[in-house]
Amino acid sequence: MTEPAAEPPQRSQGRNDAVTRWLWRAVEMVVALLGMLLVFDLIAFAFGQAPLSTLRRAAEGSWGTPYGVGQLLFKATPLIFTGLAFDVALRAGLFNIGTEGQLGAASLVAALCAAHLPAWLPWPLGVVVALTVAAATGALVALPPALMRARLGVHEIISGIMMNRIVEVLLPWVLGAVLVSATLRTPDIVPSAAMPRIEQMHGSAVSLAFVLAVATAFGVHWALVKSRVGREMRWVGLGPDACRAEGVDVPRRVLGAMLLSGAVAALAMSGTVLGYKGYYELGLGAGTGFSGIVVAMLGRGSPLGIVIAAVLLGTLEQAGFAINARVPKEAMDVVEAVAIVLVAIAYRQAGAARQGATPAPRQDAAPAGPPGEAAS
Amino acid sequence: MSSLLSLTMLAETLRIAAPYACAAAGGIWAERAGIIHIGLEGVLLTSGFTGVAVAAATGSAAMGLCAGVAAGAALSLAHALVTEKARVDAVVSGIAVNLLAMAGTRLLLRGLYDSSSNSPSIDGFRFGPTGASGAALLARVLCDPVTLVGVLAIAASPWVLTRTRFGLRVRACGENPAAAAAAGIDVARTRICALLVSGAICALGGIHLAFDQHRFESGMSNGRGFIALAAVVVSGWRVGRAALACLAFGALEALQIVLQDQTRRTAIGDLIQLLPYVGTLVVLAFAAGRAAAPQGIGKHVEP
Repeated sequence: MTEPAAEPPQRSQGRNDAVTRWLWRAVEMVVALLGMLLVFDLIAFAFGQAPLSTLRRAAEGSWGTPYGVGQLLFKATPLIFTGLAFDVALRAGLFNIGTEGQLGAASLVAALCAAHLPAWLPWPLGVVVALTVAAATGALVALPPALMRARLGVHEIISGIMMNRIVEVLLPWVLGAVLVSATLRTPDIVPSAAMPRIEQMHGSAVSLAFVLAVATAFGVHWALVKSRVGREMRWVGLGPDACRAEGVDVPRRVLGAMLLSGAVAALAMSGTVLGYKGYYELGLGAGTGFSGIVVAMLGRGSPLGIVIAAVLLGTLEQAGFAINARVPKEAMDVVEAVAIVLVAIAYRQAGAARQGATPAPRQDAAPAGPPGEAAS
Repeated sequence: MSSLLSLTMLAETLRIAAPYACAAAGGIWAERAGIIHIGLEGVLLTSGFTGVAVAAATGSAAMGLCAGVAAGAALSLAHALVTEKARVDAVVSGIAVNLLAMAGTRLLLRGLYDSSSNSPSIDGFRFGPTGASGAALLARVLCDPVTLVGVLAIAASPWVLTRTRFGLRVRACGENPAAAAAAGIDVARTRICALLVSGAICALGGIHLAFDQHRFESGMSNGRGFIALAAVVVSGWRVGRAALACLAFGALEALQIVLQDQTRRTAIGDLIQLLPYVGTLVVLAFAAGRAAAPQGIGKHVEP
């Protein structure tokens, strides 16, 4: 890493700071992109394919046609929600690894609810009801880990994973034993609960849910920055001890951040259930929870960053399908993993370079990424 | 009722608990050194895959075992380097490790065996009596070299951690890296060594898992690495207690297998699968208040 443009940190203030920060964000993104390209090329090469032509096929399959663009936006839609969900928790210093279960449970419950709404309901009302039910279910699934973290100090990663497993067992049980559906799917939702497709995209699956996702990303960010509760959540993430000293109710904010995160993750069903299938079937949306972590890592606390990262991952996924005949689409997941590490390292190095001339950091300062945990 | 107290039940418990216990011991090695190791799951997958792939290629299960251990240690080493040298948050790095292992093994399955779900089957180790009786089953479990090496590693871990110079240094780095550095210990190097041990022990679990099925299946670790982390917390970062917790967990899972055979998949029978997870949550809720994590987790010493 080179030093940033000769700009003595003591004098760089306000505008200059912002410019430098954005420059470094750009550097991070470029480093990550180059690393991803390199890894992809190596994999393509290992599978006996010419990297360049494979890359061209991948690009044509994703950004090359309106249909491809629509498909990649469709794939980005749930990722924006789950990425945002992980990010919301992260800002409060929490790892909500349970988005997978929150989304799964919410998809099932909200799809069931949307299927049994009265038929006379006008259009947007059904959507509103379905989304509300989904958010409530997501928050409910997030509640046990949230309570255990806030009140008992149980690390939310482990309890979150347990909740994921519990939902994973419950979903087929509800579909198979309770609903007695041989195909393991819910009935079709009523028309008033459907998210309309965006017709300009030539038959692709992108729906209004994408617009909702982008709006949610900016709305939640705005709430975290502007509202008192939101600010306190972020403070808890920055320094729980200081918050305690200042009289902030830390357990309550931890609880709130976790529940909000669960609710946001649950909204991802708007893209898959309401906007695409029109029902929930076992496995729909599986994996988006974990990919959301990657989105949050790449987007790092900015709504625009999260949207861009989600579109990037959607592109990778769509491109993966385009080249699947030549190189297995799993190659794209490997590329993702490498991207996380590269971005984290670049972020860390950039942070070190930024702080270069400022007073030495605390000896035991927490490393890059989320600030340290509250004493558990 | 008698089936619950049979030799079959005991054998199943041991067989199921072994991968959990190895992963938990690996987790304790890492966290005692001060590095959270979310990537245990990835280590299980990587070592299992490597073990099977090498065993299939060379025809020697012992070679597979060695290669699997090496692969697990290598992945753990990468985690240590990323967190210690590049100072990336250990949870972030762990998530990347898991993703890399999950996708990487699937990619290699496609590349090497042209299958998206599993490897060709291998012989693995076949020692002990054949037959389906409970006693034969138990004898086979007890004769399994991977289990034996795992038990040895788990039994030796507390001794190494508390009685040897290396173990003391590891714990010093985990409790108070600044003080350890002041005493002349190279914190980064000690942690990296501890993570190598962690990866190797955890790898035994992954190899056990794969050799037990006589093949590698995509995503076969199925959350065991995370449940092992729960065992680490419940045990208060002590290897012996963690192994006991894993045995209890193994018993719950074995119970579910034995019961499911009897109830023939009734609606309630499916819900028995919930037992281990709900049980873990409850135990966590009670154990967390008393658990004392190493104080230096996530802390670094500025050079």
